[in-house]
Amino acid sequence: MERGVNMPTFDPKIIAFCCDQSGYPAADMAGSLKLTLPENVEIVRVPCAGRIETIYLLKALEMGADGVLIFACYEENCQFLRGNLRAKGRLSYAHRMLEKIGLEKERLEICHLATNSGVRWAEVLQRKSEQLRKLGPNPGKI
Amino acid sequence: MIKAEQKPMEEMLKYLDPYNKVLLSGCGACVTVCHAGGEKEVGLLASALRMARQKIGKKLEVLEATPTRQCEPEFALELAETVEKVEAVVSIACGVGVQTLVRHFPKTPIYPGVNTTFLGETVAQGLWEERCQACGNCVLEKTGGICPIARCAKQLLNGPCGGSSKGKCEIKREADCAWQLIYDRLKALNQLYQMEQIIPAKRWGVESRDSGLRRIVREDLNL
Amino acid sequence: MKAGSHLEKVLEKRLFAVTGELGPPKGNDLSVIKRKADLLKGYVDAVNVTDNQTAIVRMSSIATSSLLIQMGLEPVMQMTTRDRNRIAMQSDIFGATALGIKNMLCLTGDHHTFGNQVDAKNVHDLDSIQLIDCVRTMRDQGKLLGGEEKIEGEIKLFIGAAENPFGDPFEFRAIRLGKKVTAGVNFIQTQCIYDMNRFKEWMKMVRDRGLHEKVHILAGVTPLKSGGMARYMAKNVSGIIIPDEIIDRIVKAKKPAEEGIQLCVEQIQELKEIEGVHGVHIMAIEWEQMVSRITEMAGLLPRPKLE
Repeated sequence: MERGVNMPTFDPKIIAFCCDQSGYPAADMAGSLKLTLPENVEIVRVPCAGRIETIYLLKALEMGADGVLIFACYEENCQFLRGNLRAKGRLSYAHRMLEKIGLEKERLEICHLATNSGVRWAEVLQRKSEQLRKLGPNPGKI
Repeated sequence: MIKAEQKPMEEMLKYLDPYNKVLLSGCGACVTVCHAGGEKEVGLLASALRMARQKIGKKLEVLEATPTRQCEPEFALELAETVEKVEAVVSIACGVGVQTLVRHFPKTPIYPGVNTTFLGETVAQGLWEERCQACGNCVLEKTGGICPIARCAKQLLNGPCGGSSKGKCEIKREADCAWQLIYDRLKALNQLYQMEQIIPAKRWGVESRDSGLRRIVREDLNL
Repeated sequence: MKAGSHLEKVLEKRLFAVTGELGPPKGNDLSVIKRKADLLKGYVDAVNVTDNQTAIVRMSSIATSSLLIQMGLEPVMQMTTRDRNRIAMQSDIFGATALGIKNMLCLTGDHHTFGNQVDAKNVHDLDSIQLIDCVRTMRDQGKLLGGEEKIEGEIKLFIGAAENPFGDPFEFRAIRLGKKVTAGVNFIQTQCIYDMNRFKEWMKMVRDRGLHEKVHILAGVTPLKSGGMARYMAKNVSGIIIPDEIIDRIVKAKKPAEEGIQLCVEQIQELKEIEGVHGVHIMAIEWEQMVSRITEMAGLLPRPKLE
């Protein structure tokens, strides 16, 4: 099927894990500023990025997401000390699994930000949506 | 404990090719400790296999189970009902687990999802090293508790060889020279005289690995 | 006399011994052996024949040693424990002695992953010390290792081994030599020496244990061809120490190869003076043509002719 010819543009389904100390307040701020967001974004609130188990990342893709973003605090700033580092390690493991089964690494990403990064949060989501639009739908979703 | 590592995905997908419904069985013991085949890894691998097959348009249904210890009959048999429902089983327990399932489920193909690598110690989180080769006649009391069969590349009983340099083995720079470790340990324990004794040739064929299929029989436990 | 080999006689008569080394061909090309043998004949008392050195497949030491005898040289057959179990080793010893080989060097051997057959199964049924003990048992008791069966015939071998004064732990190296002596070794050859001070320290530890009176020690030397060779060996070969002054000397020389020969000769002359050193083992790797010059310049010629 040729791209861009009679093909309905699809809105990539993005799961955004947002931690209470960074991603979630940023999302809130984006909301109050009424910033434009891509369609089809689902926010999953977590107390800390360290709460995200590797299986959530794979299951998200398996159950229909085209991409997953983890929004976590900057490296030195995790309120629970190393939660963001744990998330990073688990993401890395998930990337290795994706590589083994031939799914694009771009479908899972981590973004570090702070509470007041509302604008950045929205920008990152827009950028990811564009990227996933070009990549196409997740071929692994059941 | 027994250490293992997951097999390459291509290998697994290749032997899974003829099947549409399989059971992925892990184990709650050794492979959990080395993060190769525990409950978490069962979940992750099952998800990955489903997506990999979805990608090529050939759906694979993967059931998941993690018996407490796959090498024991009572736990292996708990899988019986599930095994009835599938065409094949992929076991990410060690080689012993695979063979236990083979013995109890003679009609179902059982495939290994990990390579069983060695008997080892958890040195640190995420780092495991070989410590024992189950030689059958432990020499650890002569070597300060450090095994030259498992940790010396040449399995010397009267080491070190001439290639020991600055405490490292000449064949793997990351590896400590086992005999340097033994020397340091015996020195610390004031037992260096042990290293002056000649340890005679090992009886590989009688008490050890090369004696054929090894078994232990305990009549008193046969109820 | 343990075996009555020429090397044994030279050492027993307290004449300073000279041994050389020959690496067999990576195939069965006899001309390679002939060429190397001709370069050594008359300049050494015996020639070490290496056994799949660095785990690279070469013609077997036993076959090559036998050919050397036919060419009029006396071999020191090297045998490593890496590739053969005790059945094969004892069997080869039967064969070797039947073919007239009288000197044998018992070694552990370089790990097989260094060579060109890395998928091989590593044997190491015995280590070098257990092998020395095995050969001694065959010779002095006429029995196989751990066995009761009498050997048909007599096994007469002059037993050698290697020792490395530059390996670690340094304090243990003389003790390990002691273990080899207890196991029955008659002569040893050391790893090639560049760090003379460390070697002298080791010799002192050896003498303090009275080992120099129980075993003949031949000091190993290897002439350096170039600065590059010196640097390579110092960096990559475990258990060789080359002091910076020596590397500098070769690197800065106008003619490095000449300097390397000169250095080797000086080393031999210094080693001759050390109490307990009964000979020198010249390992001129792929430079066998230099052995004649080195022995001549060091005043080691002519080699003694004994009946």
